Amino acid sequence: MKSVEEIKAAIEAAVPGAVVKVILNPAPNAQHSLLIDAPHAVAVAEFLRDDDELALDFLSNVTGVDFLDKEIAEKVKVTRQVPKEVDGVQQMVDETVEETRKRVEPGYLEAVYHLFSVSKKHGPVIIRMRTANRTDLVELPSLTPIWRSAEFQEREVFDLFGIVFTGHPDLRRILMWDEFKDHPMRRDYVEPDDYEYEPTAHDDVLKRAQAHKAKVSAGEVSQ
Amino acid sequence: MSPSGIKTEKLAGWNRPPVIESDGEGELLEVAMGPHHPSTHGVFRMDVVLDGERVIKLKPVFGYLHRNHEQLGERQSYLASMPYTDRLDYFCSLTNNWAYALAVEKLVGQEVPERAEYLRVILAELTRIQNHASTIGFLLQEMGASGTPLMYAFREREKILDLFESLTGSRMMCNYMRFGGCRVDASPAWLEATRKVVAGLPAFVDEFERFLMTNEILMARCQGIGVLKPDLAVNAGISGPMLRATGVNYDIRKVDHYGIYDRFKFRVPLGDHGDIYDRYMVRMLEMRESILILNQALKDLPAGPVMDPKAKIRNFRPKAGESYGRIEAPKGELGFYLISDGGPNPYRYRVRPPSFINLTVLEDMCLGSNVADVVLIFGSVDIVLGEVDR
Repeated sequence: MKSVEEIKAAIEAAVPGAVVKVILNPAPNAQHSLLIDAPHAVAVAEFLRDDDELALDFLSNVTGVDFLDKEIAEKVKVTRQVPKEVDGVQQMVDETVEETRKRVEPGYLEAVYHLFSVSKKHGPVIIRMRTANRTDLVELPSLTPIWRSAEFQEREVFDLFGIVFTGHPDLRRILMWDEFKDHPMRRDYVEPDDYEYEPTAHDDVLKRAQAHKAKVSAGEVSQ
Repeated sequence: MSPSGIKTEKLAGWNRPPVIESDGEGELLEVAMGPHHPSTHGVFRMDVVLDGERVIKLKPVFGYLHRNHEQLGERQSYLASMPYTDRLDYFCSLTNNWAYALAVEKLVGQEVPERAEYLRVILAELTRIQNHASTIGFLLQEMGASGTPLMYAFREREKILDLFESLTGSRMMCNYMRFGGCRVDASPAWLEATRKVVAGLPAFVDEFERFLMTNEILMARCQGIGVLKPDLAVNAGISGPMLRATGVNYDIRKVDHYGIYDRFKFRVPLGDHGDIYDRYMVRMLEMRESILILNQALKDLPAGPVMDPKAKIRNFRPKAGESYGRIEAPKGELGFYLISDGGPNPYRYRVRPPSFINLTVLEDMCLGSNVADVVLIFGSVDIVLGEVDR
């Protein structure tokens, strides 16, 4: 089978404009993956399925992954003017100081697809797509038109992670009930206060229940 | 065009279930089959639209048994998830253990001793036999053969579960495999008992087959019903006996050679028509091949340790990376996808459940057939709700 670099070259030759990045996997199994850009994802997927040599006709697994916003502290050297007395005269002098700055790297949601070939009996080829952020730009193109097996799995990713797959024929919640509001597999998901009834609430549940009771009596929440 | 500017492609015609027109006489009837229908193997619902007896629409409804197994896996250490994998497909806990152990072993590059590999094969094939026997029993039960065929299957299943209990301490929740081997060694007495059980299995399969294979009712109700085409089956990610019943030769034991499956001689039974009868027949033949593998494995079982002495057990923190490990479970391709960030818990723990994905084509298979056949088609998919809803 082709290596990831060869597959990347093949995709870029076949789909003009597609941006493909190899993501290396440091684990000993060396299952490297390809990050593809959302606007060309459907064309890339169609190429991977229909190419004679790759023939990745079997989409095995669709996974959602959540990566939170990362705060990165970096040390930066800054030059600024400092007042200083030189030879008895007040002067402005350049001085280099080291400063710690905090930069927030926006998080993203990721959809990972594991592809195999039934006809050529090789695989896995792993492709991933990333959303722009975790809050409002959470759309990715659905690959259900290419591989039907994504139908329920993309619904599951939508349900549990909140990635909106455009072009999906029937994007509804699948495991949670329809009235459910949040996406429970996100890393920052907090269970509601009255998530489940506990006859003898203790520890965290007791605290949450008491806080919830206080909120209800103050009229902040209805139930 | 969607708001983000992504083009939405047109769906290929065969990618969606066909639209069935009603004959225009009378009214359409909407029936919720389940979640407490006895044929749904647990709590599963099918919202069926009927035109007389004919199914013209079918939407599966999941989630009654959902407990967010994947998040449980992310909240605890790698090893602590092992007993939870038993609860996915509670008929085949040992193959679930194996798939999870395989994914973690791929993540850290862990070797498994010879004897443990053989024990894994023996247990996985015993699991396959008891799963297929009970599936066929349930199928006959749903056909109206109340009790008797199921009890024939369960008689044999009990013998196998007794073996599991004496080796692992539990009949169904075995929790037997570890990263780098197995938990306890098999005693000579256990191996002797296993040989005895395996020696009795061909007679059981012969008897089962003699009663069922040419049974007129079974043939009338199964042949030509619930047909699945091979190109749709591959595209929809169908795996296991259901895929092979359509004639596609894809067995992960042969393709990936995980464990030591390259050492055994066995054939992959294939169907021809992709109907219920082929699915039943493929399972029947797979039991025979499993007996062949069991005989070879029990003959060649080497002595030695069952756990790699260098395997890390305490303070188990895989380096950052990811791995996808999959095996041919009795129901299809069971995969575990793990992402590690170097911590003691997996960053992402994903189960690729064969039963859930095999239900993708349930609507396609049921459309146009009678409502009584829906029960059979559903039964021939072979699902366990613990795995579907996770």
